[in-house]
Amino acid sequence: MTTVDDQSVGMDYLESFPKKFLRVYVPLGLIIFFLLFPFYWMAVTTFKPDAEMYDYEKYNPFLIAHPTLEHIKKLFVDTDYPLWMWNTVIVSVSSTFISLFASVCAAYAIERLRYTGSRYVGLAIFLGYLVPPSILFIPLAAIVFQLGLFDGNLALILTYPTFLIPFCTWLLMGYFRTIPYELEECALIDGATRLQILVKITLPLSLPGVISAGIFAFTLSWNEFIYALTFISSSENKTIPVGAITELVNGDVYHWGALMAAALTGSVPVVILYSFFVEYYVSAMTGAVKE
Amino acid sequence: MAVLAEPIAQPKRSSLWSRAFESRNCLGAMFMVPAVAILVLFLAYPLGLGLYLGLTDTKIGGAGRFIGFGNFVSLAKDSVFWLSVFNTIFYTVTASIVKFAIGLYLALLLNERLPFKSMIRAIVLLPFVVPTVLSAIAFWWIYDSQFSIVSWVLIKAGLLTRYIDFLGDPWNARWSVVIANIWRGVPFVAITLLAGLQTISPSLYEAANLDGATNLQRFRHITLPMLSPIIAVVMTFSVLMTFTDFQLIYTITRGGPINATHLMATLSFQRAITGGNLGEGAAISNAMIPFLVAAILLSFFGLQRSRWQQGGRD
Repeated sequence: MTTVDDQSVGMDYLESFPKKFLRVYVPLGLIIFFLLFPFYWMAVTTFKPDAEMYDYEKYNPFLIAHPTLEHIKKLFVDTDYPLWMWNTVIVSVSSTFISLFASVCAAYAIERLRYTGSRYVGLAIFLGYLVPPSILFIPLAAIVFQLGLFDGNLALILTYPTFLIPFCTWLLMGYFRTIPYELEECALIDGATRLQILVKITLPLSLPGVISAGIFAFTLSWNEFIYALTFISSSENKTIPVGAITELVNGDVYHWGALMAAALTGSVPVVILYSFFVEYYVSAMTGAVKE
Repeated sequence: MAVLAEPIAQPKRSSLWSRAFESRNCLGAMFMVPAVAILVLFLAYPLGLGLYLGLTDTKIGGAGRFIGFGNFVSLAKDSVFWLSVFNTIFYTVTASIVKFAIGLYLALLLNERLPFKSMIRAIVLLPFVVPTVLSAIAFWWIYDSQFSIVSWVLIKAGLLTRYIDFLGDPWNARWSVVIANIWRGVPFVAITLLAGLQTISPSLYEAANLDGATNLQRFRHITLPMLSPIIAVVMTFSVLMTFTDFQLIYTITRGGPINATHLMATLSFQRAITGGNLGEGAAISNAMIPFLVAAILLSFFGLQRSRWQQGGRD
C-alpha cells in the first residue's frame, strides 16, 4: 500500500493541478452528484410544506423557504409507521442473529471439522446464495400459508435466513480459513472440546468477520421487500418498505411529502449503522465477491 | 521410555481416534443442523415445490391439478409474457453494460490519490446501502409527470419546451427504470472493482512506465487482465441481481404503462399473488431459470476464460 502512495506522488509531479482537476475531480464530482442527488431531493421534499412543493414558479424547488415537520408528524401520527419501524427492527435483528448462529456453526464445521463431503456442502451453500428470492416467493408463500405463519413477523424471521445464511456462511468460511490450524491443535492437546475451541479461539479471532457478516445481513434484511410484500397483508404487521409503498398511496393521490418522509426516516437507521461500520460493510461486500 | 509409555498410550490413542471420528462426521452433522434445517425447509423444498407448482393450475386457496406443460403452452401464446421476456433482457443488458462502464471508471478514479478518500468511498456506496424501495420512491417522485425536477431544470435551461412524460410513454419508462437501476448498481460494481484494483502490484505499473507504456497501454495490458477474474464475479452477481429485479419496477411503474416495463419477476408476482394463479406465476418464475443459468454461465465462464489464457490458475 505504501508503495502505491510513493509511486503516485512521483506521478503527481508530472501532472499539473489543472490537468488532474479535469481528469479526476470533474468526472468524480459529476458521478457523486448523480449518486447523491436523489437523497438530497428526498430530504428537501420531506421538510418542504405542500404549498412550496407544487409551486416551482414562486419558490426555488431546490431550497426550502419555510421548513416544516408536518410530513413527518403526519407519518408518525396518522399512519402505522411506528409499527412498521418496530416490525422492521424486530425482523431484521432476529433474522440476523438466527443467521449468524447457524452460519458460524456451519462455516466452522465445513472449514475446520472437514467432515466427509464438506467441500460439496460448501459448494451447495454457495449455489444457494445464487438462488434469487424472485423465484422462491411463490412456493414460499404456499409453504408459509400451510405452516400458519402467514401475516406475521415469524414468516419473515424464518424466511430471511434463506438468503442470509448462504452469504454469511460463505463469508465466515473465508475468515475461518485464515486462522492457523496450530492454535486449534494446541487447544485440542490441552483437552478443549470443539465447542470450546469455536467459542474461545475461532470466534474471537474472526470477530471482524462476524461483525461484517452481521452488519451486512442486517442491512439486507432491512431492505428486503418481495417476501414482506407477499407474506404480510395487514397494515400493522408490515415492514417500512412495504408499508410505505402500499399504505401511503390512496388511489391516485400521492402524499409525496409523507412518502419522502417515510423514505428518509426509513433509510436513516441503516445509514447511521453503516457509517459506524463502513470498513466492515465494505469488507463483507468485497469479501463475498473475492473468494 | 517408549516401551514404558506404550501400554498407557495405547487405550488413549484408540479413544482419541474414536473421538476424532466423532468430531469429523457426527459433530460436523450436529454443527450443520441449524443451517441445513432452515435451508432445506425454506430454500431447497420451495425450489422443488416451485418447479412442481409451475406444472399445476393451483389457485390461491385451492389445491391444483397436475396439468403438465399446460401453463407453458398458454404462456407461449401470451404476448404479455413475451413482452416481459423482452423487457427483462433489455433491462439486464443495457443496465449491466452501463453499470460496468461507469463502475469501472469510478473505481479507477477512486484508485487515484485523493483527499478524504475513505469518506468519498463511504459516500459512493450509499445508494447500495439505502433500502432499494425507499430510494425508488425518490426516483418515482423525480420522474413525476407534473413536478419532475429534471424536466423543470431542462426547461429552465432552455433545452426543452414541455415536461417529459417519464413514466407514461413505454420507451421513456423503460429508460427511466434502467437509469434508476444503474444508479443503484454502480456503487456495488465500483467498490468491489476498487478492492480488486488495490491488489494489483504497483511494480507492474513501474515496469511498464520504464518501458515507456502510455496510460491506455497500461490499462489495456496490466489493469484489465489483472482485474478480469474479479470483473467476472462482480458482473455475474450484477447480472443476476438485475435479471431478477423486482423492487425497482414494482415501486416505480408496477409494470406499466401497458406492461411496457413488466419484468418476468413482476409479471409472476402479478399473476400469482395479485391475480391468484399460483401455478401460472410459478411457471413464469421457472421460465426465468434457464435464462438465469445461461446468464451466469455466459458472464462467468466467458470472462473467466481470459484468466487461464493468461496462464492463471484454472
